[in-house]
Amino acid sequence: MTLTTALIAGLVLGGTYALVAMGLTLQYGIARIMNLAYGDTIITAAFAAFILQGGLAVNPLLGLALVVPGGFLLSYLIYRLILSHLVARASDRGALEVDSILTTFGLLFVIQGVLLVLFGGNYTSYSFLNVAVDIMGAKVAANRLLALALALSIGLTLYLLLTRTRWGTALRAVAVAPQSAALVGIDVNRAAAFAFALGGGLAAAGGVVISMYQTFTATAGVVFTMKALIVVIMGGVGNLLGALCAGLLLGVVETLVSTYVDPGLTLAATYAIFLVVLLWRPQGLFGRVAR
Amino acid sequence: MTYSKGGRCLPSFTALATILGLALAPLVAATPAGAQDRTSVKIGYAVSKTGANAGGAAITTIPNYRLWLHDVEKNGGLELPDGSKLPIELVEYDDRSSAEEVVRAVERLAGQDQVDFILPPWGTGFNLAVAPLFDRYGYPQLAVSSVTDKAPQFVQRWPRSFWFLGGGSDYTGALASLLSAQVEAGTINNKVAMVSVADGFGIDLVSAARPAMAEAGMDVVLDRTYPVGTNDFTTLLNEAAASGADTFVSFSYPPDTFALTEQAQVADYNPKVLYLGVGAGFPPYGRKLGDKAEGIMTLGGIDAKNAQNMAYRERHKEVTGEYPDLWGSVITYASLQMLQEAIRRVGLDREAVSAELSGGTFQTVLGETKLQDNRLRDLWLVGQWQDGQLVGVAPADRPGASEVILPRQPWK
Repeated sequence: MTLTTALIAGLVLGGTYALVAMGLTLQYGIARIMNLAYGDTIITAAFAAFILQGGLAVNPLLGLALVVPGGFLLSYLIYRLILSHLVARASDRGALEVDSILTTFGLLFVIQGVLLVLFGGNYTSYSFLNVAVDIMGAKVAANRLLALALALSIGLTLYLLLTRTRWGTALRAVAVAPQSAALVGIDVNRAAAFAFALGGGLAAAGGVVISMYQTFTATAGVVFTMKALIVVIMGGVGNLLGALCAGLLLGVVETLVSTYVDPGLTLAATYAIFLVVLLWRPQGLFGRVAR
Repeated sequence: MTYSKGGRCLPSFTALATILGLALAPLVAATPAGAQDRTSVKIGYAVSKTGANAGGAAITTIPNYRLWLHDVEKNGGLELPDGSKLPIELVEYDDRSSAEEVVRAVERLAGQDQVDFILPPWGTGFNLAVAPLFDRYGYPQLAVSSVTDKAPQFVQRWPRSFWFLGGGSDYTGALASLLSAQVEAGTINNKVAMVSVADGFGIDLVSAARPAMAEAGMDVVLDRTYPVGTNDFTTLLNEAAASGADTFVSFSYPPDTFALTEQAQVADYNPKVLYLGVGAGFPPYGRKLGDKAEGIMTLGGIDAKNAQNMAYRERHKEVTGEYPDLWGSVITYASLQMLQEAIRRVGLDREAVSAELSGGTFQTVLGETKLQDNRLRDLWLVGQWQDGQLVGVAPADRPGASEVILPRQPWK
């Protein structure tokens, strides 16, 4: 396996990580909700895609168009009905963090329980677009390539929106200083609800794409939450570009270690690079020092 | 953070339960256990309905428990030696895939719920975790979903334990001798690429496979482990393809098995022998792959000409909505039939039931079934997908064995 092949395989793997992490970074960075049920949103979307594909014979790509708005709406409702009350009563950021962690931890079990009742604990999978695409001599599965393409396009589009538009500036203002943002006429609650819902939509997109090539169970959500959390913290909380780069970096490192060292050490490598980044830049690759 | 899973009310609930338990204990003890006064037989189990093991338990264990309970109920209850029948009263716990939890639940089933029989949990590790408890409280343990080479020692230590699925060296030994016969026939070269998951099943099997392969004259040119949860096997498959081995063996868990299958197609990797771990014997696996499954080998298999087994498969489908897997499921069900029959012969005395299980001969969905030293030895060790069915190909001298067909056709 040549270096180019390994790099391409790594980027493709990293695309999945990045796609999964970007929603969480929005939720945590802007809405300030540390959403432990994030992975379960992904799994819910994966099941939705599975049903659409298997039961109703809907092309998963078309499924994206249905499931992503669904994830957006569901997350919006969760924020408005449950989380906004926590935000309203929290005295400071720390209190909100603790409350939101506890609440979403509970939410995790609610979602998981519903999925278990509906689908049971079985492994679920279907395959879609499992065909080889040749990129510079490396054979890559089309479905994984799709994940990378989606991650790149969503990441860059949202990045441009956040940095170049008035609406994006308002969201960033909320992320940086929620109290002061209200002073200049930004509806903080609305902005946070929107960011949280957007994160949910991204999670749903991740879920649909992942369901095309990865086996999942009703209880597998926590694995995605953990991976996403690592990527988010590495990239800098609330930073989309950071999540994108950290995700890709993680994929490349895992593949290089697996190719040149030992496949048994991929997990160790993940945490080693996580540690190195945190020691070197505690605020994350792209994060700003907290004020 | 784990403690908060059960909520903060847990300690008070436990306290309450303990008080209630203490209050009721004298009453329970005072009740004579004679069959004529009974209105039911209490059967309990703790199994992983949630957590990391839920996927395996939901395939091999839970549906068969449900099917058996359904069958017993349809039969009018559990039959006792005097011909009377008693309904089963079920106590069920979720161990949430935690070893501490399964131990606690079994302790509770034995101590507090005072069930008559306890069915085993899913998984090798969990069966070992609860074995001392089963032994201490005097319950027979029908450990089905556990693959261990140490079963003979365990039988010595826990005389009421029964081991149904063989050990790693049974499976790898059968595979190695099958491969060496193919080398002799000139079908394949003697090089093997082997990958395994760095967890219980993978470690057990690969450590048994290394000496077995060497003994059979096979040359393991690639021997790699990967961590649990790995879902990208591109590099491993590339290495295996480059190694020149005609045989690819993976001791993998279901998600890995599925991923390996998908990615081998993408990489157009076509070893002449493709042997995959747990999951390749799940009915959806064969259904999903269709023709492409032809020739893929794995652990287990069935004798497709065994009418009892085929009838069981249809009943399983009817009651649980899905066909059983082609390795452990039928054995799980057979172990329950043995328990049922032992109770019919000797009653509810656990010591007598254990002795009957150990020495008796039973008619089950496997055919005539008899344990040797508390172990089931008539097993399908290697199965191969042929005509949409995972048939047993080794041991080749077992009645009902099919001829192995190699080399495997390339992916289309």
